[in-house]
Amino acid sequence: MTTRWTRKDLLGLRELSADEINFVLETADAFKQVGTREIKKVPALRGKTLVNFFVEPSTRTRTSFELAAFRLSADVINISATTSSLTKGETLKDTARNLEALHTDILVLRHSSAGAPQFLANRVRASVINAGDGAHEHPTQALLDLYTIRERRGKIAGLHVAIIGDVLFSRVARSNIFGLLKLGARVTLVGPSTLVPREFEKLGVEVSHKIEDVLPKADVVNLLRIQHERQRREYFPGLGEYIRLFGLTKERAKLLKPDCVIMHPGPINRGVEIDSDVADGLQSVILDQVTNGLAVRMAVLYLCGGIAT
Amino acid sequence: MKHKEQNSSAASIMDAAAIRRALRRIAHEIIERNRHLANIVLAGIPSRGVEIARRIAAFIRGIEKAEVETGVIDVAMHRDDVGTRAELPVVRASKLPVPLEDRTVIIVDDVFYTGRTVRAAMDAINSFGRPARIQLAVLIDRGHRELPIRPDYVGKNLPTATHEQIQVRLQETDNEPDAVWLERE
Repeated sequence: MTTRWTRKDLLGLRELSADEINFVLETADAFKQVGTREIKKVPALRGKTLVNFFVEPSTRTRTSFELAAFRLSADVINISATTSSLTKGETLKDTARNLEALHTDILVLRHSSAGAPQFLANRVRASVINAGDGAHEHPTQALLDLYTIRERRGKIAGLHVAIIGDVLFSRVARSNIFGLLKLGARVTLVGPSTLVPREFEKLGVEVSHKIEDVLPKADVVNLLRIQHERQRREYFPGLGEYIRLFGLTKERAKLLKPDCVIMHPGPINRGVEIDSDVADGLQSVILDQVTNGLAVRMAVLYLCGGIAT
Repeated sequence: MKHKEQNSSAASIMDAAAIRRALRRIAHEIIERNRHLANIVLAGIPSRGVEIARRIAAFIRGIEKAEVETGVIDVAMHRDDVGTRAELPVVRASKLPVPLEDRTVIIVDDVFYTGRTVRAAMDAINSFGRPARIQLAVLIDRGHRELPIRPDYVGKNLPTATHEQIQVRLQETDNEPDAVWLERE
């Protein structure tokens, strides 16, 4: 295992080694323990300033980063698309340079354009953490998914993970695929051919268009949210048809192995990608994912923000 | 890695037998000073402090037939030098029984030097609750304190110069025979 972390930025899982991923997960173990203390706060990043820069709206990821930063004693500023000067025509680069002029140490960026975090990381001294960029990557979501699988199943290597739903536009799916394959899991993508084209096989995963074939074999099912608010009609036939073919209904859940773990990055559409009873059932780890997300983000902020620059 | 470090400028300080005797004496002193052994938590600082705490607990068990609780207190996230070092200390999960209110927490470490690690350990312990008292047990006290902290139990006092280094090896943590030696750079 590597015992060194040398990265100032976390941009995606594609560039991380298996050792580096495991190192983050082990560091997250230590930070998860902090959440059980009477005083849930450590001074690790005292005096550091973190900017949550969310050009694309997100409450849950932003809140998780914010709470993670509080628990590390960092100072936090939140900037959203509507409050930033981007609406006044300022470029992303100029906004970042202004944030840097305020001696920002860590910049957490959510952006609708793939590559925006990389663009900034090359231009600012601050640590840049990718909180989701376009359809590219969402590394902390994949790390918390890996952490949750490892916590429930004791390992990741050799497990069969099914990722179900809107894979085509999903940065969560991409980051998960990179992480799972590096750690030795077997991955099957499931969904309609418009959202899960065969091209994904080039990444080293399997593709299936029939959910009933995959559910009985899976050790983990990770259901992606159907982003019906931004779904384009040509890819997506309709909610009713999706539920009929790919929804994890109560009936379909009976096909799962008893120890299969059910995951969802949230927010869940009850009755769409997953039935309410299944989401709240014993196999569901959806709320563990939320708790673990905090620990994983503390680990990432500590590792990237803590090294001398 | 092994004994290559023990070059001509290295002086042996303790062997396995000396370490064993020192930890057994510390166990006796802990028993003498603390009336209620059931309230004690031996909290080791990773990684050698955890092993030393385990050994002291085993001696107390052998002497008094009493079980003493052990714990782990990680100090990495409580240090005051994050961001100033090229390499971050590895953080590990702490483990202390709660509530701490009536407990005596004995911090256990291998080498006691500036006192900054112990200060961080005390901060970490306080985030778990408010113990009745905190004590400190160390295998080696090498001096050069930078904070007003003193140990309660000492295996060996060893006056050193700042350019010298104390090397500790324990079978369980280093996969090498127990030994303490002094290196001059």
